[in-house]
Parts: sequence; C-alpha cells; structure tokens
Amino acid sequence: MAARSTFPAGLVLDAHKQQACESPIIELPLPTQVVLALDQGAGYSAEPVVAVGDAVAAGALVARADHPFASAVHAPLAGIIVAMETREAAVQGGRSLCIVIDGSGADRIDDSVRPVTDPASLSPEELVQRMRDAGIAGLGGAGFPTPTKLASARELGAHTLVLNGAECEPWICCDDALMRSAADDVVLGALILRRAAGTVRCVIAIEDDKPAAIAAVTKAIERLRDDALTLAVIPAVYPKGAERQLITAVAGVEVPAGGLPADAGVVCQNVATAAAVARWATRGEPMLSRIVTVTGSGVAHPGNVRAAIGTPLAALIAACGGYRGAPLRLIAGGSMTGRALPSDEVGLTKSMNCVLVTTRDDIGSRLGAVELPCIRCGDCASVCPAGLLPQQLLRAALADAHDALRRLGVRDCIDCGLCDYVCPSQIPLADRFRHARRRLLEAEAMANKAAAARERHELHKRRLQQAATAEQRAFDSVRNRARQPGDGSAGDGN
Amino acid sequence: MRFDTSPAPHVIAGYTVPRVMFQVLFALLPAGIAHVALFGPGLLLQLSVACVTALLAEAAALQWRGRDAAPALKDGSVLVTAFLLAFSIPPLLPWWLGALGTALAVLLGKHVFGGLGQNPFNPAMVGYAILLVSFPAEMTRWPVPMDVDGTRTWSELAQLSFAGFYGADLAVRWDGYTGATALDSIRSGLDLRYTLPELLGRGEIAGTLGARGFAWVNLAALAGGLYLMARRIVRWHIPMAVLGGLLVPSFIAHGLDSGTALGPAMQAFSGATMLAAFFIATDPVSAATSDRGRLWYGAGIGLIAWIIRTWGGYPDGFAFAVLLMNLAVPFIDRYTVPRIYGRQP
Repeated sequence: MAARSTFPAGLVLDAHKQQACESPIIELPLPTQVVLALDQGAGYSAEPVVAVGDAVAAGALVARADHPFASAVHAPLAGIIVAMETREAAVQGGRSLCIVIDGSGADRIDDSVRPVTDPASLSPEELVQRMRDAGIAGLGGAGFPTPTKLASARELGAHTLVLNGAECEPWICCDDALMRSAADDVVLGALILRRAAGTVRCVIAIEDDKPAAIAAVTKAIERLRDDALTLAVIPAVYPKGAERQLITAVAGVEVPAGGLPADAGVVCQNVATAAAVARWATRGEPMLSRIVTVTGSGVAHPGNVRAAIGTPLAALIAACGGYRGAPLRLIAGGSMTGRALPSDEVGLTKSMNCVLVTTRDDIGSRLGAVELPCIRCGDCASVCPAGLLPQQLLRAALADAHDALRRLGVRDCIDCGLCDYVCPSQIPLADRFRHARRRLLEAEAMANKAAAARERHELHKRRLQQAATAEQRAFDSVRNRARQPGDGSAGDGN
Repeated sequence: MRFDTSPAPHVIAGYTVPRVMFQVLFALLPAGIAHVALFGPGLLLQLSVACVTALLAEAAALQWRGRDAAPALKDGSVLVTAFLLAFSIPPLLPWWLGALGTALAVLLGKHVFGGLGQNPFNPAMVGYAILLVSFPAEMTRWPVPMDVDGTRTWSELAQLSFAGFYGADLAVRWDGYTGATALDSIRSGLDLRYTLPELLGRGEIAGTLGARGFAWVNLAALAGGLYLMARRIVRWHIPMAVLGGLLVPSFIAHGLDSGTALGPAMQAFSGATMLAAFFIATDPVSAATSDRGRLWYGAGIGLIAWIIRTWGGYPDGFAFAVLLMNLAVPFIDRYTVPRIYGRQP
C-alpha cells in the first residue's frame, strides 16, 4: 500500500518498475513498416515535404517543423511512402496526419546524416538550429521540441539546466535503463545542451530509488571533471519528476504561475533527450529512435526496447513476448498520466516513454470504482503538488463557475492525477478538471469573439455616425455659403 | 488489436468512503467499552435505537428524494451520525427521545441540505442540540458511574438503564443512582459559592485524572482518536486545535484563579472533550477545508466550548461550539485558501 509523504505534497506510489528493469535493453531491428505521426506528442504537427510514392533514405526529412512547437520528422528506414492520411495516433485528440513508409530492405542512408564534427566549435544559435533540423524533441513524455525550449531559455537568461532523470511515474524505467547503460552519452549530451541553452551550470536529478543509475552517472561525471555539472539525488515521491516540481526540488525556486521555467532561471530537459543529443552529435543521426518501456501484466516479458520512431506498438509488444492474459487497456505512458490508446497499430512517437498493457490486476481499482458524493475529507488537497483545493475546484467545475475555477487555479493543475488516486469517494477529479479547463478555454474564446464582434459593431456605428456628421457638415457649409451674400466665389449668387 | 479507452489516472488507491466510516466506528470501540463498563449497558440500548432509526430515516429520506437508497445505506455515514449521537446523549434517555434526536439529525441535519457531503452542520450535533434545548431534564440525567463507590453493581446499572430506556419514573426507585454530570455538578457548586478544591475534594466528582467515570471514557476515546490519526483517517489539525483552544485558556484561567477555574487536565478528561476533538469536530463535511482553516476551525470549537463550560448554562459546550463553528466555515474557507504553487501569497 502506498505511504503518504507529509511535506512537500506528493505521494510515494507502488513503483512496479522491477518487471521491466531487470533485463538489458532490447535493440529492436527495423520494422517492415513505420507509421510516423506528424504530431509527435506536443500537440502541433510538422509539414510534410514528401508525397505518396516517393522513395526515401534512412534519416531523410519527411516533415518540416514550421511551427515552433512542432518538431521535424525523419524516416527511420529507407523505403517508399505508401500512405499519408489521418490515423489514430498517441496524441491529444487521438488522431494525427501520419506518413506510412514501407521499408525496402536496403540500408540507404541519407546524405544529411553526418556527425557534428566538433559541437564546441558551433555557436549556441547554430547548435539550436541544427537540433531543430534533427527533430530533437523532449523524450520525457511531453514531446516538446528541445530547440524551442533552449532558445527561450537563452533569451530569458536561464542559469541552470536541470536534466530530469527522476522518472517518478510508476511502471516506467526507460530512463533508468538508459542511465545505467549509457551514462556517458547522458553526460556528453548535458554539456551540449548546457552550451546551447547558455546556462552556467547543469544538474542531473535522479530519484533515490535508482541506485545503479546514480552510480553510473556519478562515475560518468567524475570522468569528466566539470565543476558545473553535478548530480542531485531527490526522494522518490510522485510527481517529483513533473517539470515544476522537479525545479523546486533541485533549485529551490518556484516557477511563477502562468510563466516558464526560464522565468525562474531554469530550463529542464530529460536525460534521454540529452543522450539523443549526444547520439546526434557523434553519429549525425537525427531523432530516429528512442528507448521505451514495454510493461504491464498484459505483456509476457516486460522490458526496455530501443525502437525506431513510428514502429507499430504491436511490434514492440511482440518483441517482449507478446500479450499475456486478458489485456484491458493499452496505455501510452504510465498508469497515472498515460493516455489509453484504441489500437496497437499506432506508431511509436518521440514522446512515448512507456507502453503499458494492463489487465484487471493492474487497473481493477479504477475499473471497479463507485463514485460517491464528496465528503470534503481534504485528502486531495493534502497530496496536491500544486497546492490546490481539489474539493473546492470540483464544486466550481460542477457549477461551471469560471471565475471560481480561475481563482482556485484550475490552470495551475499539472494533471498528475493524485487527487483521483487518493479520493475515498472515487471521483474522477483529474478528468473533471480537464473538462473544466477545456470549457474555460471555449468560454474565453467565445468571450473574445463576442468582444471582437461588439467592438466591430461599435466601430461600425461610429464610422456610420462620422460619415453622417461629415455629410451634414458638408451640407451645412454649402448652405452657409449659399446664405452668405457678398461671397461671390461661393456660388453663382441670387 | 483494439482496446477500450478511459481517462487517466488508470489506477487509484482504492480508499473508500465506507472504509473511512467503518474505521471511525471501529475507533469508537474502546470508548464504548469504557462507557458500558462504567455507566452500564445504556449506551448499547441507545446505539441500537439510534442505528435503526438512522437507517430508517436515511432510507425514507432517499425515497422521498427519489434517490437510490442502497449505496447510501452501505456507505456507513449515517451509522457514524447514529453512533456519535448515541455517545453524546445520556444512557438513561427514554428510547423515543433517542429515536427523535436521531431522526432529526438525519432529516434536518443532513437530508434537507441534500444528503451526504452537502450538510453545513454536523448532523449528530443538530440532533443533540434540539434534544438538549427541548428536554433539558432528561438530557442532563446520567447514572452515577461505577467507580464512585462500591455499593453499586453493574447489574443494578443495567436495571437502571432499562428503566430509563423504557421511560420509567426514575425518581423513587433509583434516587441516588442518577445525577448530573461532573461538569454540571461543579457549575452548580460554584454557583452556590463553593470553591473548586472543595468540590473536587468530595471524591464523587473528580477522580485522579478528570471527572469520575468520564475520565476513563475520555482516555479510551483519546486512544481511538490516536488510532484514527495513525491510520490517516483523521489528520492532526482539527483534534489538536480543539484541544489547544480548550486547554490553553483553561490553563491560563486556572493559573489566575485556581479557586473557580477548572484546570486543563480536568477540562481534557471531562464531558465530551476527546469525543468532540477526535470524532465530532473532525466530521469533514461540515469542517473547514484547508489545513490552516481547520486549525482556526478547531481552535474556535475549543475556545467556544471553554466559554460555554465557564460561563454558559449548559452541562457541556461542545455541541453548540461545533454548530457555531460550522456556521463560520464559509468565512474561514474564504480567508484560508492555501497559496497555489508559483503564485504570490
């Protein structure tokens, strides 16, 4: 049973990490087909630069990041584009435009894949631009494009880069496996990211339930002898790995509400992102693969798999011995914040750190939940890492009281799901708050539209009035001139 | 392969309202044993009538409101109301008064506001307060506890309890077996210009720790309350604030005037102190929301109880203290919203 930490808020959860963490990382061979979602998890899509029927080499760009919140997508294998259509994907909304590539079996590598000869010789701006070209995105779960974050950190003068190796969600251990097997890559990536972000120092934060990873990273740091690169061991409390909570745990500062971490002088990146940056720098390889934890009671042999982006999840599960028992939910991410997917034909995205196949053993508590009225016990408030009062928020959400929702901080909610987790009335609070945020957004959009319409109407009225006044004035002046005798020039006289 | 979807989080701890409620009932066990041992089986009679009435009233109210009664009857909340009321009323109360108080607690205290989770007042205290102001004689008549002197036996107390329960006239046969509570006797004694040491020296009022009989019940309730705190059913804020609000003023007053002001030990182990601090004031539905708010809420209850015990006309102050602070909850909640992460205080 979970124990409750008293301060700071959060909760020690059952970890379920051993299952997948015991065996070494499986290197999955390239699949015969990949499904590349153009939204890689950040909520914004890249613009395709290829057409159906095109042949592409491994590492070739297939979609360009025009929007700063989108990241470029590359073909992980050489082959032919066989489809470009909207499909189910592991993204918000559940669907994304996808590029489907059939592998040709040839290992033709794109000309653009060249190692970065000396990252230290590049200016930070060049580094950021080249990372954008390489489609580097956060591998921690949000999939946010790394170059965009680094650029804003430089602009706002961030002084500390925090590398997130906390991995606080139950079940997930891909970062743990990575740090144990490739700590040098993490450290090398940390140096490149630190330079690109323009920060003075870098702190790698790891939760204290990963002693092997801590030892490996400590050794890698010692080999480097860089005083501005340090390790911080933090307690294993959920959700310490959430960006804001991690920054507070490591740097002792709070990110202002509605602001960016860089406003507090900190920029956060995942350890896996750092390792991917190292891979890009040393091999020239854009972001083509990631390590993903494949676990849950519904998987025969849970483990960590390095697989190409776009690999259908079914292939990942097959690599881990296939399904076992009666799988009920296929979840991208962990049990607390992961997104349940409708199909295992969905392709692996950059943001997907875990494929969790659950049976009734894992999620029976949720499936069997019986919702009762809130008894105002306050357990939700005592675990909330954002310091909110979920029970008050629930009232505001049910009443759709927008001012109260804003005042009580529905937007400061980080969607960690702990309030749900502890609620004895088993109310789906996190989902209620998600809906409330959506309605709030819709209402604000409506209000903006209404305000714009009103303004347009007012201005239109004023313009009409001005036109009428001008006409009147012109009429008056003509009449006045007509009435003024002696002013011969004004008219033709009487 | 295709899957059903559902929103995150996909797991929950599996805490339930019935678990909370039945833990509370379980934690009342030591106090119940002490109560029965010292005051006779009256409590058990009151408990049975209160539980039956509470379940019937809950079912009837839900029926009238057109709601499904089964989940509400199983959640245990109405039994907690029944237990708290049965523990608060004298064990000699005629059964129809217990039934009336329970029915009023459930109907007026809970369902007129919309049932579980909606009531602004503690339902058990609503029932208790109505009984106290309506039937003051019956509500202040307690059996003299077992540990006062050795001439009484438990079987006599049992006969007395049944006589009271069926509403027999207790004046003739049972004179000397019933009396006011210790707090009540002390107040009337002080009104008659006795000093506190004289009153406490009589022996039938005070024991070594607090009031005779009630001291043991309070100790047992304290043990049950600490159990609830250890199991995290109850967090420390309200109980500690209630005790602080009661004991700090009594410590100061006793220091200033030990001739008339009860000391903290006597206050802590008399009347309903521990029951109120750990079981009644901690009803989350009618309490303040935030931790800081709960400190103010609890301290207010303790302080008002002390004021009523010191200057008021009632045997104990907790029912009115709880109801008054229930009234203050919206006000407290408004000014004790915790600081949100990343926002200025």
